Amino acid sequence: MTDWRFMLHQLRRNPLSLAGIIILLIFIIIAVFAPLIAPPPEGHGDPYIIPRDGYSPVPQSPSGEHHFGTTEGQYDIFYGVVWGTRSAFKVGLAVIGMVLVIGIVLGSLAGYFGGIVDEVIMRVTDVFLAFPSLILAMAIVAALGPGLRSVLIAITVVSWPSYARLVRGDILAIREEDYVEAARGVGASHLRIIARHILPNSIYPALIMASLDIGAVVLSAAALSFLGLGTPVGYADWGQMIQFARNWIVGPPGNPLAYWYTVTVPGLFILFFVLGWNLLGDAFRDILDPRLARR
Amino acid sequence: MELRAYVVRRIILLVPVMFGVSLLIFGVVQLFTPLQRATLYISDPKQLAHLSEVVEQYGLNDPFWEQYGTWINQVFHGNLGWSKVVAAPVGEAILKFLPTTVELALFATPLIILGGIFLGTKAAAHKDKTIDHATRVAAIIGWSLPTFWLGLMLLMIFYGYFAGLFPPERLSTEMSLLVNSDSFHQYTRIHTIDAILNGNLRVLGDALRHLVLPVITLTVVNLAFIMRLMRSSMLESLGKGYVLTARAKGLDERTVINKHARRNALIPVLTVSGYLFAAIVSGAVITETIFNFKGLGWLAWQSAVQLDIPTVLGFALFTATVFVLANLVVDLLYARIDPRVRLGGRAK
Repeated sequence: MTDWRFMLHQLRRNPLSLAGIIILLIFIIIAVFAPLIAPPPEGHGDPYIIPRDGYSPVPQSPSGEHHFGTTEGQYDIFYGVVWGTRSAFKVGLAVIGMVLVIGIVLGSLAGYFGGIVDEVIMRVTDVFLAFPSLILAMAIVAALGPGLRSVLIAITVVSWPSYARLVRGDILAIREEDYVEAARGVGASHLRIIARHILPNSIYPALIMASLDIGAVVLSAAALSFLGLGTPVGYADWGQMIQFARNWIVGPPGNPLAYWYTVTVPGLFILFFVLGWNLLGDAFRDILDPRLARR
Repeated sequence: MELRAYVVRRIILLVPVMFGVSLLIFGVVQLFTPLQRATLYISDPKQLAHLSEVVEQYGLNDPFWEQYGTWINQVFHGNLGWSKVVAAPVGEAILKFLPTTVELALFATPLIILGGIFLGTKAAAHKDKTIDHATRVAAIIGWSLPTFWLGLMLLMIFYGYFAGLFPPERLSTEMSLLVNSDSFHQYTRIHTIDAILNGNLRVLGDALRHLVLPVITLTVVNLAFIMRLMRSSMLESLGKGYVLTARAKGLDERTVINKHARRNALIPVLTVSGYLFAAIVSGAVITETIFNFKGLGWLAWQSAVQLDIPTVLGFALFTATVFVLANLVVDLLYARIDPRVRLGGRAK
C-alpha cells in the first residue's frame, strides 16, 4: 500500500477500472435516490415490497405506466430493479461487515498468538472450506428457514474463513517487525499491540479485497433467491425477480420472445452490478500485486 | 520429507477435518427442536400424534455427544436418513442421481480446463494485442455472469426463438421411454456412454442435444476463471530465466511458449483444480435446476426447497467428502510435480 494518489492514478489510467467506477456510481445513485426514481404508491407499506398491479399471472409488456413491464403476479419490474439495487447494497454491506469483523478477530488471534490458538482456528477454517460454499449456504438456509436473515447468516458463515486466513497471513508477515517488538518491549498489552500497531499496518489488503467482494456476495445471495431460498415473496430482489420469470422464458407459439423483459431486465442489473465490482477488483489486484502490474 | 511420509501426514490430517465436517453438519440439525427433528423420522402422517414417543424412541432429548455418537455410528453404517423427495434412503437417492451430474461434469470439465489453458496462453503470448484485450474483457464479463441468468437466456434463445433446437431436461419423452425399456441396457446410467455401448445413435444424438445448453452454462463462468489464472501465470513464466535461455538458444517462439513457458505455468492451474471441483458442484446445482436436468444438484435444490433436511445434509456430507478427497489428490499431485512442497513442511 504505497500511496493512495499513485493508486488513484493507476485506476484512472486503466479504462476498464474507469468503466467499473462509472457503473458503480450509477448504481449508488440509483440506490440513494430510489424513493425519487421509483416512488412507492400512496399508502404502500414497506417500500421494499414491490407494488402489484392486479393478480394476473401473465406478465405485461413495458408501457408508460410500467417502464419495464410487469413480471409474473403483476409485480412492477422497474420498481423491483430500482429498489433491488438498495437491497443489493444492503445485503453486500451487511455480509461484508460481519465477515470482516469475524475474519479480523479470528485472523489476528491466530496470526498474533500462533501455536495452539492458530492451529485450532485454522483447522476450523479447514472444516468450513471443506464444503463447496453454495452447498453449505443452501443447507444453512434450509435449516434456518428461508428468508433474508438466513441468507445473510449463511453467506457470512461460508465466507469468513477466507478472510480469517488472509488477515492471519498478513499479520504473520508483520508480527516480527521492529516496531511491534518495541511496543512489546515497553510493556504494551496484547490488545493494544494488535489494535494499534499490527492491524493498522496489515489489514488494508483484507479491507480492499472484502469491499470488492460485495459483487460476489450479491451474486451468491441472488443465486439463493433464485433457488427459492432467499427473500420473502414480493421483496425487491433481483434473484427473486428472475425466479418469477422462470415460467415465462418461452412465449406463446408464434411469439417465442413475448416475455423477454421479465428475465432480461433483472438479469442485466445483476450482471452490471457484479461486473462493476469485478472491473474495479481486477484493476486493484494488478495494483496490489506489483509483480503483475509492472508488466 | 519423503513423498510417502508426506502422503501419510496428509491422510492423517484428513481425520480432524472430516470430524469437524461431521460435527458441523450434525450441528446444523441441532438448530431444530427435538419435536421438529422427530418429524424427520416419520413417514406416516398418522404418527404425528405420537411425536413425543418418536422423540423418546430416537433419544432426541439425549445430551449432544450421545446423539452425535448415535448419528455418526449410523453414518458409518451407510444410513443417512430417509429422503422424502425421492422416497428412498438418502444414500440410495444420491447414488441414483449421481450419474447425471457425472455426465454433465464429464463434458464441462475438459472444456473448462483445456479451453481456459488454450485461451490464457494465447492472451499471454499476445500481451496487449487485440486478442489479449478481447479475451480479458470477455473473461471479466463471463466471470460476472450470473449462471442462472445465463442458462435462462440460453433457453430463451435456443429453446424458444429457435423452436426447440436445444431443449431442457435430459432426454425427449420418446427417447426416455426407450432408454427405460428392456431393449436398452443401462450400464452406467450415463446416457451418452450407455447409448454408445448399446450402439444406439438416436439416443446418443438426443442426449447430446440436451447436454449442449447445460454444458455451456456450466462452462462459461469457470472457463473465464481458468483463463485469467492461466494468463497471469503464463506472463510470470514468460519473464523467467529459462524462457530467456530458450529464446537465446534460438528456439522458435512456438516451442518456447508451448514447451518451456506453458509447462511451468500449469502448476497454479493444477492447484486450483480442487476449487474448480467445488465451483462445478455449485454450478451443477444451479444448472440442473434451470434445465430440469435431474441430477444430484437438482435433488439438492428440490430437497432444500421442500425442507427435506436429511437429503440436504446427506448431499452436503457427500460433496464435502468428495471435495476433501479431491483436494488431497491435487495436493499429492502437486507434491509429486514440485518437490519444494513436501520439503517445505508447513505451508505458510
